[in-house]
Amino acid sequence: MTLKEREEEIVDEFSLFSDWMEKYEYIIDLGKEAPPINAQYKTDDYLIRGCQSQVWLHAWKEDDKVHFEADSDAFITKGIVALLVRVLDGLSPEEILNTDLNFIDEIGLKDHLSPTRANGLVSMVKQMKLYAIGLQHKTEI
Amino acid sequence: MITSDKIVDFDVLEIRKDFPILNTKANGKPLVYFDNGATSQKPLEVINAIDRYYKTENANVHRGVYFLSQLATDLYDGSRQKITNFIKAEDTNTVLFTSGTTESINLVAQTWGRKNLSEGDELLISGMEHHSNIVPWQMICEEKGAIVKVIPLNDDGSLNMEVFEERLSSKTKMVAVAHISNTLGVVNPIERIIELSHAVEAKVLIDGAQAVPHIPVDVQSLDCDFYAFSGHKMFAPTGIGVLYGKRELLEEMPPYKGGGDMIDRVSFEKTTYAELPFKFEAGTPNIAGVIGMGAAIDYLNKFDWKDIIEYEDELLRYVTEELLKIEGLRIYGTTDQKIPVVSFLVDDIHPYDIGTLLDQLGIAVRTGHHCTQPLMDRYCIPGTVRASLSFYNTKEEIDVFINALNKILKMLR
Repeated sequence: MTLKEREEEIVDEFSLFSDWMEKYEYIIDLGKEAPPINAQYKTDDYLIRGCQSQVWLHAWKEDDKVHFEADSDAFITKGIVALLVRVLDGLSPEEILNTDLNFIDEIGLKDHLSPTRANGLVSMVKQMKLYAIGLQHKTEI
Repeated sequence: MITSDKIVDFDVLEIRKDFPILNTKANGKPLVYFDNGATSQKPLEVINAIDRYYKTENANVHRGVYFLSQLATDLYDGSRQKITNFIKAEDTNTVLFTSGTTESINLVAQTWGRKNLSEGDELLISGMEHHSNIVPWQMICEEKGAIVKVIPLNDDGSLNMEVFEERLSSKTKMVAVAHISNTLGVVNPIERIIELSHAVEAKVLIDGAQAVPHIPVDVQSLDCDFYAFSGHKMFAPTGIGVLYGKRELLEEMPPYKGGGDMIDRVSFEKTTYAELPFKFEAGTPNIAGVIGMGAAIDYLNKFDWKDIIEYEDELLRYVTEELLKIEGLRIYGTTDQKIPVVSFLVDDIHPYDIGTLLDQLGIAVRTGHHCTQPLMDRYCIPGTVRASLSFYNTKEEIDVFINALNKILKMLR
């Protein structure tokens, strides 16, 4: 699935919900279902600063594609980072760097999770892009 | 709006009319404001006083010979008198205006601390302190080679007074503790702390930020050396606060900031400083904030403290009882001396999840470490959900909060 198709799929899923409690319910379910990060990466080295809850993010490269795994101690945060992983995992570093992640806007996540809020959405996206830069010429950081 | 000057009967529905924001909505739901520990809402009397000041009374204070400047100066000085009476200080010279509790504590650390601390001296703070009653002391102690020691907490959130007495010694130069914990709502036995500290000739600074909106404070009967508090937590505007200090201490302390209004005579060779309280108030002050704070005190003075305390105790009892009906819910801070603040966790659900969903239902609570990270470490938790109530909150709002919480917990479990 292309990046665009993945984003459209998420936008479709969110269009089913009439209010924000339903959207959150869905994000929470995503957070509950998402697999935990490999225990060796659940350390301070992989922690993203700037979130009220803790978020761990690990990335590596296989066949020129970047892969992500992420975790959080809060369900909502874990659901949000799971959405980001779903969109960006398996893309080339260049694709990751060039995307605007329009789906965040389209599902209304941006209004509710603006950069000034303590959820760290912006920090997560920034960290994923930093990984993509680092993995342009390496396989592991 | 309550307008008479005499004590009025306590009627929460009438009181709520004085606070326009309580009738607004958040995320489409009627606002339930349970974050009073962070900042309080403002009554119309305060809002109108600021509005009136800028519309008809604005001029710089202590400067002009003209009508408007004299009017602003009278209002400004009048507020200092109201605050002096409010905390029962000796006189207005012992009541300094600052930007808030944080600046008040920094002022003491940077002036009293700089003058009086030296290598090997000790300073005692408690394990429940807000970062603003930790970091200013760490900064000056690091510079002076003095040591910060900590009074630990018992499991119920009370201070371990036995260890306090053990750690208190002739080396202790300052004891800095909160009157009431912002995270736990627990009231500390500051009378005893002050008495014991004075017995070893240590000075005592009380962080009163959480106390002044909830209980009457009498700095002279407490006999504390310094008492710091903010306006915005006691229904006054942001950016204005107070440092009370005993006159002999303030007189000895060097100025903190240089500028206008704090001088007696300036020449390029030598400047002499103004008398108290102006020595510590360089530059044009927050005049609107000071006048707003005077209005907040006028507002509070319309009530009998006994009524406020009785009502808030009832809110605390009700919210605590209702919360404890929820399976897996733990309250942090369980002494019998509390203001209506409840800090809690449910199972291992992250406070951020609870706070985010409560917000969707119009309920404002605080989540996180509440600027008390050492306290969170003490309980080995990342943070809590804190509901901090005020006398304008109601049992009906508590019902809305509890229903919302039950709904949310179904989603999160």
